[in-house]
Amino acid sequence: MKQRRLAVVSGGLNEPSSTRLLADRLATAATEALADLDVESEVDVVDLRDNAHQLTNMMLTGFAGPELATAIDKVVKADGLIAATPIFSASYSGLFKTFFDVLEVDALAGKPALIAATAGTARHSLALEHVVRPLFSYLHAVVVPTTVFAASEDWGAGSAGEALSERIDRAASELARLVASDQRPAPVDPYDDVTSFEDLLGG
Amino acid sequence: MQFGVFSVGDVTTDPTTGRTPSEAERIKAMVAIGLKTEEVGLDVFATGEHHNPPFVPSSPTTMLGYLAARTERIILSTATTLITTNDPVKIAEDFAMLQHLADGRVDLMLGRGNTGPVYPWFGQDIRDGIALAIENYHLLHRLWREDLVDWEGKFRTPLQSFTSTPRPLDGVPPFVWHGSIRSPEIAEQAAYYGDGFFANNIFWPKEHFIRLIDLYRRRYEHYGHGSADQAIVGLGGQVFMRKNSQDAVSEFRPYFDHAPVYGYGPSLEEFTEQTPLTVGSPQQVIEKTVRFREYFGDYQRQMFLMDHAGLPLSTVMEQLEMLGGEVVPALRMEFDSHRPPHVPDGPTHAGLRAAAEGQVVEAEIL
Repeated sequence: MKQRRLAVVSGGLNEPSSTRLLADRLATAATEALADLDVESEVDVVDLRDNAHQLTNMMLTGFAGPELATAIDKVVKADGLIAATPIFSASYSGLFKTFFDVLEVDALAGKPALIAATAGTARHSLALEHVVRPLFSYLHAVVVPTTVFAASEDWGAGSAGEALSERIDRAASELARLVASDQRPAPVDPYDDVTSFEDLLGG
Repeated sequence: MQFGVFSVGDVTTDPTTGRTPSEAERIKAMVAIGLKTEEVGLDVFATGEHHNPPFVPSSPTTMLGYLAARTERIILSTATTLITTNDPVKIAEDFAMLQHLADGRVDLMLGRGNTGPVYPWFGQDIRDGIALAIENYHLLHRLWREDLVDWEGKFRTPLQSFTSTPRPLDGVPPFVWHGSIRSPEIAEQAAYYGDGFFANNIFWPKEHFIRLIDLYRRRYEHYGHGSADQAIVGLGGQVFMRKNSQDAVSEFRPYFDHAPVYGYGPSLEEFTEQTPLTVGSPQQVIEKTVRFREYFGDYQRQMFLMDHAGLPLSTVMEQLEMLGGEVVPALRMEFDSHRPPHVPDGPTHAGLRAAAEGQVVEAEIL
């Protein structure tokens, strides 16, 4: 059976957090979708709230504290990413952006990603398409077509809740197909795979 | 093993008094620190190069030339010389001149600088940073070794039958360190030429630099300059000492909390845990610094940052007394006792001249 690792980044600030709740549902759905494709998966969750101080420190010093370094490593080495943020002022939260700002250039290049967001009302839902998707496109992640937005009402009964479940399953299976693929780019380590000086000199 | 002091040359307000030194005071303070470096028995003084406030040292060879006249023994160096935006011809000339004036007590560390706008200020493009470092040094390397140079490159006007004067003292070019914090290309460059590699590790955790230095050592061997453990490595350090470590912590904390680079970020405790910074007793500094050779292998030069973040000159002078009086003698003994005989000592003009003459003698015998 094939093995894959998923990383979940949750930008939720409250405990408990609806953003984390959404991220967990996506992770469970993705794990099930992978199982349907005969892929065994493990999930690492990074709660940005727990890393908030070290993220600020890293913005200032350029290096990650030990816990943040572990969290970054999990995300960078994962076969697929689920990233969920609350929508603040028409955009991702500052903390969410900070996490993706401190990653190395190309750290997410080619990585399958599912993006998700939460807010009080559905009026904020297109922030996913207009703000969050361009961020991940810039980072060269491969973002699946379906994004998942949950407003407060979606956590209730009725058609809204059913629609959310359907979107979660659709997005998760889109992610699973990419993650299960064997045609994934091999990671490049600039300290192992050095460009020879002759090539540097040749420009 | 060589021990020295390097200064960024920042003009920073003393957070404990609110007082900001003038540029004149800061420049004279750097000179006083250079003189003290020799007086307390260290081996190297190096100045940074910056072209924007709040930094004063825009003209390193002017300062080092003045120090050359007032010192007898120490090596005068840089940290760093901008290989990207300075004309390599002018670097060749300036440092050869300095070499003659200082009777060979000169080397230099090349770097790309830390301020983006310096590139456009000097007519360059920051996106060419690595390419500039590669091409400019290739020319500099030739200018010091060939009497007549024909040159055409991408970045400077061509040269036909050009002789850089004065020629290097005794025909031995100044030793070059390539300084880098993160670029594997620069480690590769240092390895290719068999030059020194200075990993400016003072603000970051060791794990990153272990990889960078390992890359340099591996490639040094690949290019046939010797075994990996013979590659010439320099490292930074940053310390603040008092006899009692708690006194060091309480005196340094306000400087740390407001410092450029890391101020308002991690706590002093976190930063000392994660980076080379040591705030404590001289014994703690010794214990932390001797561990560098366990992480990075036997190395040739240890530089200390002693004078930034607005520390008053009188305090820096006390620090240098402790560094030269207690710390470095213990470190010398410790490092020298561990270094295997085939690992070279720190580079000096005399050593390079002897090596060059040895090669000539060898060639004549063959």
